[in-house]
Amino acid sequence: MINIDWAHFTPYSALLGGALIGLGASLFAVLNGRIAGISGLLGSLLPRGGEGRSEKALFLAGLLVAPLLWLLLSEPPAVQFDTGWPGLLLAGALVGIGSRYGAGCTSGHGVCGLSRLSPRSAVATLSFMASGFAMVYLIRHLLGA
Amino acid sequence: MRGVAAFIAGLVFGIGLLVAGMANPAKVLAFLDIAGLWDPSLALVMASAIGVALLPLQWSRRQQRALLGGTMQMPNARQLDKRLILGSLTFGAGWGIAGICPGPALVLLPLGYWQISLFVVAMLMGMGVFAVLERRRG
Repeated sequence: MINIDWAHFTPYSALLGGALIGLGASLFAVLNGRIAGISGLLGSLLPRGGEGRSEKALFLAGLLVAPLLWLLLSEPPAVQFDTGWPGLLLAGALVGIGSRYGAGCTSGHGVCGLSRLSPRSAVATLSFMASGFAMVYLIRHLLGA
Repeated sequence: MRGVAAFIAGLVFGIGLLVAGMANPAKVLAFLDIAGLWDPSLALVMASAIGVALLPLQWSRRQQRALLGGTMQMPNARQLDKRLILGSLTFGAGWGIAGICPGPALVLLPLGYWQISLFVVAMLMGMGVFAVLERRRG
């Protein structure tokens, strides 16, 4: 039934990258007492005020510096887009508003929430996974784009 | 000290996204395309991240204070409501259109792709709409 794309399957870099993601999230929780949820961190920086702004901003600064450090040490990462500008605009808007209403995204619910064994995050993760799979099915197999 | 720790945590997290292939929208879409030629790599990313974070987050959940001081800010909401589910479904629909979620969007931003700039502007506008609607709600 399921056709696995063995040629593009990258188990080792996936496991290593995942471990680093887990390590970054662990450091932020243990040392700073915060959840490494990117949509939540971004959203909480939008209104003025609020406590802990500087360390939230510094975590996000680390994310922004990561690709620059990468370029110093290695080849540019493989990046390929399959979506035109109308799709990107719609996708960005849905990701922005949906992740704030749902109180989290792949990092906050998917990585941190599941690691906390939070039932709320399990429901959120199942929901966004399901609609992600459904959207790709709709676009690629029903609309044939 | 807290600031340095936060920066390093973000840096490690961001390098992880790049190593994992999460910052390649085509690879994310290949993972979400379960009916096509399926690339299961990102399931391993998730499993590995949770495997590493499980004990530290369980520990954090039980503490009053973080190691570098300050209160533990762990979420305590428990209700499974319409906002959580509809919000997450909406987020997933956007994720499925372009294969980009907020973390990878920030990691890709400095690399100068117009696609990411456009996505991030739209994402921040979406978050802004949420902030305005929330303020109206009181």
